[in-house]
Amino acid sequence: MKKNLFLFFLFLLFSSFLHAKVIEVGANKPMKSIKKAIALAKIDDTVLVYNGVYKEGNIVIDKKIIFIGKDYPVLDGQKKYEVLSVKADGVIVKSFKVINSGYGTLDDPCGIKVYNRKNVIIQDNILDNNFFGIYIQNGTKCIVKNNKIKAYGKQEQLIGNGIHCWKSDSIQILANTISGHRDGIYFEFVTNSMVRRNISIHNSRYGLHFMFSNDDAYISNVFKNNGAGVAVMYTHRVKMYNNYFLENWGDSAYGLLLKEITDSNIIGNHFNENTSGIHMEGITRTRIEKNVFKANGWGMNIQASCMDNVIKNNNFVGNTFDISTNGSLVLNTFNSNYWDKYEGYDLNKDGVGDVPYRPLSLFAVLTERNPSTMLLFRSFMITLLDKSEKILPSITPDNFIDKTPLMHSMSL
Amino acid sequence: MNRIIKIIFLDILKNKIVLAYTLILALLSWSSFGLEDNSAKGLLTILNVILFTVPLVSILFATIYLYNSSEFIELLLSQPIKRKKIWLSLFLGLSLSMVAAFFIGTGIPLLINAPDSVGIMMIVVGCLISVIFVALAFLGSILTRDKAKGIGIAIMIWLYFALLFDGMVLFLLFQLSDYPIEKAMVAVTALSPMDLARIQILLQLDVSAMMGYTGAIFKDFFGTSLGLIMSFMLLCLWVVIPFYISLKKFKNKDL
Repeated sequence: MKKNLFLFFLFLLFSSFLHAKVIEVGANKPMKSIKKAIALAKIDDTVLVYNGVYKEGNIVIDKKIIFIGKDYPVLDGQKKYEVLSVKADGVIVKSFKVINSGYGTLDDPCGIKVYNRKNVIIQDNILDNNFFGIYIQNGTKCIVKNNKIKAYGKQEQLIGNGIHCWKSDSIQILANTISGHRDGIYFEFVTNSMVRRNISIHNSRYGLHFMFSNDDAYISNVFKNNGAGVAVMYTHRVKMYNNYFLENWGDSAYGLLLKEITDSNIIGNHFNENTSGIHMEGITRTRIEKNVFKANGWGMNIQASCMDNVIKNNNFVGNTFDISTNGSLVLNTFNSNYWDKYEGYDLNKDGVGDVPYRPLSLFAVLTERNPSTMLLFRSFMITLLDKSEKILPSITPDNFIDKTPLMHSMSL
Repeated sequence: MNRIIKIIFLDILKNKIVLAYTLILALLSWSSFGLEDNSAKGLLTILNVILFTVPLVSILFATIYLYNSSEFIELLLSQPIKRKKIWLSLFLGLSLSMVAAFFIGTGIPLLINAPDSVGIMMIVVGCLISVIFVALAFLGSILTRDKAKGIGIAIMIWLYFALLFDGMVLFLLFQLSDYPIEKAMVAVTALSPMDLARIQILLQLDVSAMMGYTGAIFKDFFGTSLGLIMSFMLLCLWVVIPFYISLKKFKNKDL
């Protein structure tokens, strides 16, 4: 009886395999056209595309199929069409090389675009020279994973974003590499989503840009050498852990630009060699902990509109200015950070300096008021003024203070 | 001429002050690299040495040396040697010894601890600053026969470039902050060799901050190869012009 039951299940299993058939497309196969193959396919079928160049205009996937390329077949949009449009739930797009999407500012033609769908997986693709790379419009539970997205945008207006998500929920953006687009990753109205282990470099505007995207997490990404760094705006409950913000140089280029953010955590990130490590405007109840600020022009620029933030246990090493601000109002707390410019002593050897540290130098205030004074930086006279200001603060706010500065840098 | 330079150079070496100066520079440099765990802070100390100690010692030592060797100069003048030759050899001998002291005292630790663009820029700039302030000493000491007055002038010159000039620039910057004066300010820096030197080092040392808004203006000028050549030309002019004026005066001076 048991044996019969086993055979029965085996039969069921095989019949399900038989039910979902594989349609092969290729130059040497009976089926030459991807569009025809998709038209023929039924739900849960696999369309397997062999290596070759396919110039079929706009390919629309309108049923739940598995769409797989073998040895990266090229889907060429010939600079006229959107290459791949996903208009069904549960579609998997894997291992294609998508190139040359059209250009248009009205309908934003993309390499791969998902229209109002759930559970779509876009994986292991190479996107080259598209206007927008991957666009998820009103998607839910979609995964974008291991794609290599590259474009050659010279001007901001003439190029779209690498991965663009709009009005979506529970999206996962994992381990993609993006370069040469306008924004590497762009989120607008995207909630409960995860951006992890992506590398976003040399984009003409921001490496990562999100607005109105609550409850998202950004973990272990690398943002390097983007036009203006990373911008994060009008968002609640953001979590940014262990990211690297590197070499974002230029006027109004920031490692991380924060604007109107509340209740967020920025923990364990590295900010190296940016013109401004973090620039904060209107930030509330945010924890900035265990970050490393190294060799930046300005470590943190905290505007007076920020309040109730905790800046704790960070390393500030080799920055030209550790902190700067634009007002005298200080509603944030600095605790137990390591400042390499600290000159105090530690008599009881508990690792905490006995003299409070004032991270805001006179010169940082002067340059904030009058940027041209940068000309006099490290001048002997400025150093003298700075020293006397440290002892008797008159221009810098006297409550801008770390009462428990650490004597040694933490290993972060 | 070479023989006169040699005599002066050896005379300065015999005079132990330059040796002491070398030692102090070496002590400062080695300890600033040794005490701090990151070399950036050591570089800052050396920057202050270049902007503070080097000009002061160069101008004071050269001035005093010139006054003290007035008899030697008179002796040389009685020989059939051109005045220009005498003055030039004095200048070269003094410059050479100051540059040698700077290079041995600060240059070698820099080359060992920071053998990158910052270190090399500091060595070049430090040598130039030494020579510039020797030239200024020549100009100052030719103006008056009175030794006390001459030393006073030397100290004034140093104070002016080390403190007063920057104070005036800061004042101007705030008075004229409503106007687009960034470019004009770049021109103003040409009026002080110390500012030129400092900005060249800053562009290597604080490159991240220099990419910011105003910094970028300076970087666009000083950071380009044209700007680099321009500022080194200007620094050289700061050697040539004071020395040339002093030479003119020396030629016609009734000793």
